Parts: sequence; structure tokens; C-alpha cells
Amino acid sequence: MAGLQRARVRRQATFRWVVVAVVGTFFALPLLGMLEFTTRAPGGGRTAAVWRTVADLGGLRTTYPELWAGLKASGALVVLTVLIMLVLLVPTMTWVRLRVPGLRRTIEFICLLPLTIPAIVLVVGLAPVYAWVTYLLGGSSAWLCFAYVVLVLPYCYRALDAGLSAIDVRTLGEAARSLGAGWGTVMVRVILPNVRTAVLSASFLAVALVLGEFTIASLLHRDNLQVGINQLGQRDAQVAVAVSFAALALAFVLLLVLSFAGGRRTRTLTPLATPPTQEPA
Amino acid sequence: MPLTSRVRGGALLGVAPFLAFTTIFLAVPTLVVVVGAFVDTGGRPTLANVAGLRQGYILDALLSTLELSLTTAVIGAVVGALLAYAVVTAAPDGMLRRSVSAVCGVLAQFGGVTLAFAFLATVGSQGFVTLYLFDHTGLAVPGDLLYGLRGLGLVYVYFQIPLMVIVFLPALDGVRVQWREATESLGGSTWQYWRHVAGPLLMPASLGSTLLLFANAFAAYATAAALVSQGSPILPLVVRATFTSEVVLGQANLGKAIALAMVVVVAVVMTGYAWLQRRTSRWVG
Amino acid sequence: MTPQRQGVAVRLEGLSRHYGAVRALDGLDLELAPGEMVALLGPSGCGKTTALRLLAGLEDADAGRDVVDGRDLTDVPVSKRDMGMVFQAYSLFPHMTARQNVAFGLRLRGRSSAEQRSRAGEMLELVGLSSQADRYAHQMSGGQQQRVALARALAIEPQVLLLDEPLSALDAKVRVQLRDEIRRIQLDVGATTLLVTHDQEEALAVADRVGVMRGGRLEQIAAPGEIYTSPATAFVAEFVGLTNRMDGVAADGVAQVMRARIPLLPGSVASGPVSVLVRPESVEVHTQRDGEAEVVAASFLGSLGRVRVRTADGAVLLAQVPTGGAGVLQVGDRVSLALRPVPALAVSRD
Repeated sequence: MAGLQRARVRRQATFRWVVVAVVGTFFALPLLGMLEFTTRAPGGGRTAAVWRTVADLGGLRTTYPELWAGLKASGALVVLTVLIMLVLLVPTMTWVRLRVPGLRRTIEFICLLPLTIPAIVLVVGLAPVYAWVTYLLGGSSAWLCFAYVVLVLPYCYRALDAGLSAIDVRTLGEAARSLGAGWGTVMVRVILPNVRTAVLSASFLAVALVLGEFTIASLLHRDNLQVGINQLGQRDAQVAVAVSFAALALAFVLLLVLSFAGGRRTRTLTPLATPPTQEPA
Repeated sequence: MPLTSRVRGGALLGVAPFLAFTTIFLAVPTLVVVVGAFVDTGGRPTLANVAGLRQGYILDALLSTLELSLTTAVIGAVVGALLAYAVVTAAPDGMLRRSVSAVCGVLAQFGGVTLAFAFLATVGSQGFVTLYLFDHTGLAVPGDLLYGLRGLGLVYVYFQIPLMVIVFLPALDGVRVQWREATESLGGSTWQYWRHVAGPLLMPASLGSTLLLFANAFAAYATAAALVSQGSPILPLVVRATFTSEVVLGQANLGKAIALAMVVVVAVVMTGYAWLQRRTSRWVG
Repeated sequence: MTPQRQGVAVRLEGLSRHYGAVRALDGLDLELAPGEMVALLGPSGCGKTTALRLLAGLEDADAGRDVVDGRDLTDVPVSKRDMGMVFQAYSLFPHMTARQNVAFGLRLRGRSSAEQRSRAGEMLELVGLSSQADRYAHQMSGGQQQRVALARALAIEPQVLLLDEPLSALDAKVRVQLRDEIRRIQLDVGATTLLVTHDQEEALAVADRVGVMRGGRLEQIAAPGEIYTSPATAFVAEFVGLTNRMDGVAADGVAQVMRARIPLLPGSVASGPVSVLVRPESVEVHTQRDGEAEVVAASFLGSLGRVRVRTADGAVLLAQVPTGGAGVLQVGDRVSLALRPVPALAVSRD
């Protein structure tokens, strides 16, 4: 037996592993670099001292106040951004499908628009808007959530759109209405439970994007995790690298959970299938 | 008639919050940039800002940005396409496929301060690869590698490759195994298959993905900002300079003109991308 | 029109193939006479598709060889085997028109564009799609796409034509129409043809011989009529057409079932208590006020009807009845039963 097809399968396997190994090495080196750097001891050799410092949250708070401020701000931003995003998008998108389908293209256009506006450009335009926000609401970093909602709009829109397209919103809504449900009930009891996965995907994406955001916060002089890490980098590089590694690991876990959980039931829901245009960090 | 218009009005009310929000935080900022590019500090219409784009340092930065975006887009597209192809030859629900897509999903979003730190710790002057290479082979990684365009390119490739994998995988998935088998049964060699079938089929998708990568690099700010604190070799950093030093009279609106130029470039590229995507989905949807 | 080229003889010898622990093909022997059309029929996983793919060269055999026109092709790559193949679906190149698809094989062979064009035109005419020559796959119906795929496979004047469930993705009506057309064209062109299908009606309707497969082996290969009237095994009898399993007692080549004596087919269990496999059309049903059986279901199928009756001992039998004339059977009717002495297969009771 010549095994022509088997030979092809073997060739493909070899090619596959060579490519994966080479690219994998390129992907792994900078991550290893971070780990290696954070375990360097002052006189040479290895130490876990940096990681002990990072694990001690209470100590972190007093020793590195800039980092603590950033953490607190990012925590608030994550919650606010996800909330506003969901409250803004889910009812609007459902409503448009139910009552004003003619507006669907318009809403989609608006939601995808931020893809063509680089973050640095958005900052330029947002500066005067934030002068008003500061005047009306105060200068808290938490108000960055408005800008972040705009930033995550395209990704969350696509995730939610995939979820809503998978169910027949109109029929579900009409069925519930015919049974006597009000619009609020339709939204909360009928639509939401059916797009759980999509809501989860959209939220995870928003969390990952907010945790990595640097451009807007730094240029508008607000605090967030990345700004804190950046400031810390000038004072204690090792701790800064350790914290950013930890943040990255968290984002990694979040998106891994998302892609594995989402992969089984709703492949098309994976929002990652639709790409980011801007470097979100 | 009055009844239906009341219903229409009520229906439109449902989208009012969304429209209000996007007006304030999306439309207004966009208008600030667009209008700002064409008025002077006194608010009078002028073309001076746009004319100011012809200054040497801005043109240099534009060229560098285009070069950086094009180079990293092409390298990212080629390597990413290879990786994506390697992945589709594996079992569709296998570990390799799932792991690579998951890892790429994360790394494509990776950027900014963290990515800058990661590369500093690797090929910076004290990075472990730098030290290892010097100790074992005597090769010296240039100390300022990461502060220049070449280093920036190296770092950008790090998020371009995974982005390519993510956007190109669906197109590769759309290539049916029957097409290869049909080509072979009709007497075609592997080369002929790529030349006449897979190549032409994947051409729009690869071009489109490269455009997307181009826009991605062109718009990137955070990574460059974290690495380059001196000078403004690329457009996003020029915008930063005009934004943070508003003391120079008229600079603010010059910055808006540059920002507008960036939007125009990205919008043109993205339109091309969308057009090619539509073509792709007709063939390998 | 088509240069008439007589088909060639094809012989599969002891072909085996396993995937892990699963034996997909277990020493298959099969011969196709020149110009003959053989259908491989069986449930999914029976190895029929594997057999076709091994002959096409799309997969490697673990053991055995395939010989076409006296030439051992086992180590010959797909592209050099000169076989036309029609796939289940979606095999047209989406970036080419119907004409370009059909001409593609000739293009690969470096034929002149004039020849490509005229030959593609001929082939499209053969499958009745001349008017659709400039359409793309996404502009055609599933049936049209399969016609183009057939034209493409025939354009290279293949030694052997391989049809891998070519109709299974189509609507019932299109399926019947296209299967007759495939047979017409195959006879026209004279190519030796292997058809793989899970649709028994399709296999019986078009093939010269039908091979029923199970577990990687051929259970029986014979002309369609013979497969139906003289099944070699219980599996063949039950897979092809409908059957009733009726208890009986065999002796001397005859089985006593109810009050009837049924002649037994070769391969039957010769004596003792047996199950006899009786076709519905061998069961006669007559309305009778005090009949021994009761109609429990009746369905109307056009010129024929099918009824399900329960006998006194509780067994349920399927019978085929003409629908014309008087006495349409209804659920609840009492009937009497009789068996026609049509030869049947007897197997041991289980």
C-alpha cells in the first residue's frame, strides 16, 4: 500500500505542528518575559517576593495608592459600562425588531460607527463633552463609563445581534402579548432568558475591553487600571509588570470561558468571529 | 391616520434613549472633530488646519504610519493565514483548534501598557531574550529597538497575527473539502487546486482581512504611547502631542484635522473591507 | 454528440479499511462489467461510501486492490485515475459559471479554449442546461447544480463514473426526475458507473445490479428484481421493501404458515420452527363479518392501499390491497387473511 492519503495527512500534521510551534513560541516569549522579569531577585537568582507583594491586597493599597485608585476606578467602570451597555442596547434592539424594523439598518450603522473612529480621535472629540460632564456630574473617573459604552458598542452590538437573530423576537413578543404580557414582561421574562448567552458574551467582551483601556483614561487624566499600572511602571517596574500580567491572565480566563462556553451551543454567537478594528487597549 | 401616527411616535420613543446617548457621546465628538478641522480658534471657517497637514513632520508621520500599518498587516496576514490553515487541517472540534482560537481571541485584544511591558521584559535592554542572546551568541539586540518603528512593528505583529486568525478562519472553514476532491478527480494537482480553486476563492477574504489589519494598526495608539514617550514618529502620537500641548496657538484644531484625516483613511479602508467581506460570503459563506 | 466510448471493467479485490476499531470495509469483492451501473445500497455506516472513496483514490485501503481495465490503480493518485465523480452536494466551484465548471477538467488537461467551450456546451446540453451556462452555483437550484456536477464529471470522458449519493440533498420530486435522467445519460455515454445510495427505491430503479451492504460486507448483489423477490438474507429482505415476520414450520423446502404452504428460497433454514419473511403484497385481505383479524390502521397510497391488521394471536401484519372497486377497508373492519404461495425466505426465530 502506498498510502497516498495517509502520506498527505502526515505532511499536513508536520506542517501543522511546525507552524503552531513557531508562532506559539513567538506568542509565548513575551509572556515568559513578564514572568521571568517579575521573579528576578536583586542580586541574581529567583524570588517570589514581587508576587507576594501583589497577592497582599491590603499592603498594595497603602504601598501603591496609584494602583489602588486605578483598580477601584476600573472596578466601577466595568460594572457601570456593562450595565449602561445592556440597558441601552437590549431594549433598543428588541424594540426595533418588534416595532420599528425600518430603523434596524440605522441602529446598526450607529453601533458599528466607532469601528471607523480610532480611540485617539474619539478622545479629541470627547474632550469638550467631558468638560460638560465634569461641570454637571463632577470629575470622577467613573464617568468614563459613557465613553467606554461607545467604545464597546460595535462588539456588544454584534454579540447581541447574533443572539437576537437566533430567536424569532417578533413571534415570541406577539405570543407573549397575546397571553396578556406587557412590554416590560416581554422584555424581562421572554426575550432576556432567550438571549442569555448573547448577553453574557457581550458583557464579557465589555469587561475585557474596559480592563484593557488606556487611551481615553490617560489623555482625559482619569484613573483606571492601565493608567495606574503605567504610573507604577515608573516607580516599581517589577510590581507593575506583575499586576499587568495578573490583569492579562484575568482577561485570558474570561475570554477562554467565553469561547469554550459559547463554542458548544452557539458557535455563531462567538463575538470574536467579528473582529475589532481598533486596538482596544 | 392620527391613530397610526401616534403609534409611530410611540414606537420611535422606544429608541429615544439610545439615540440621545449616541448623539451626546458619539455624534457630538465626531462633529467636534469634523467641524473643528475646518474652523480656527475663533470659530471662523478656515482651511488653514487642513493646509497645515502638509507640514513635513506630519507628512513624515503619515508615511511612517502607512508603512508600519502596511508592513505589519502583510506580515500578520501571511503568518496568521498560515496558522489559520494549520488549524483547519486539524479536527474541527479538537483541542488544537479550540485552544488556538481561544488564545487568538485574547491576544488580538492584547495591547497597550501590558504589551509594552511584555516586550520590554523580553527584548528590552534588560529583557531575557536580549540577555540570553548576548551571553550565548554575542548578538546584541539594539537597546533602542522598541522605541523605534521597527520595534513598534515587531510589537504590532503580536496582535496582528491573532486578529488575522480570527477573521480568516471563517473564510477557510467555508472552503469545502468537496472542492479539493472534485479538483483531484478531474485531474488537478495540489498546485492546480491552489492556483485555480482555493486561491481565487480565498483572494477577497485575504485582501479584506489584510485591509482590516491595516486599519487596526493605523488606529492603534496605546501600545505606541506606552513605548514611545519621546517624539511622535506616527500619526496617533502626533495627535497626542497636539492634544496635550494646547499651549501652542491653533494646534488644537490642527490636531482635529489630523484626527479627521485618520478617520478618513480608516473609513476608506473599512469600506473596502466590508465590500470584500460581502463578496466572500457569497462564495464561501 | 458524445464520443461513444465503451466503459471498462472494474474489479475491487478484498478491499478493507478500518478507522480505529471500526471496520468500515471488510474484504469487499466487487466486479463491474464494462458499461454496467451498480448501486451500493445500505444504511449509513455500512461501508458503501468508503468503497466508493477507495475506488476514487480519496482514501487509502488497508488491504486489497482496485483494478480498472486490467490496470492496478491501488497506488495511483486520485488525479491520475481518470474517474468522474459526482458528490452529494455543494461540489460546484462557486467562483465559476456552470460552463467554466464543466470545462474545468479540460482546462486542467491543457485543452484549447475552443475545445473547452464546445465540449462544455455539449455536456450542458446533455444534461438539459444549455440555457443556464453562464449562471453561478448560487443562482441555480439544487437539482440544476447536480446536473452541472454530472456534466462536469462526464466532460473528461472518464473511464468510470462515481456517484456519491448525488440525489440525497434534493426534494423528492426532483430526485425521481433526476435519477431517471442520470440513468438515461449513463446508458447514452456507456460509462461503467458505481452509485452509492441509502435510498432503495433509487437503487432498484436505475441500477443494472444492486449490492446491499452491511457492516463493511456485501450481503447480496443481484439484479433489482432478484434482490426484491429472492433476498439472500433476512437483512436484505427487511432493508429492501417491507416484510412481515410470520411464524411457521419448515420442512422439505416448504414452510407451513397459517393455513398456507410457502415455498422457501435458497438459503432458508430448512426445517423446524422458523420465521418466514412475507411481503405485504403476499398477504390477501378479505372483508368477512366474522373474520379472524381486525384492521387497526389503513393508509391510502394512490392506486394501492396498505392496511395493518391484528390477528387472533395478537400479531400485527402489514398487507397491501388494491384501492379500486368496492369494499374500502376501514379501521375496525373484521377481515380474513390468506397468503399467496410466493417463495419467501425462512430464518430461525429469535
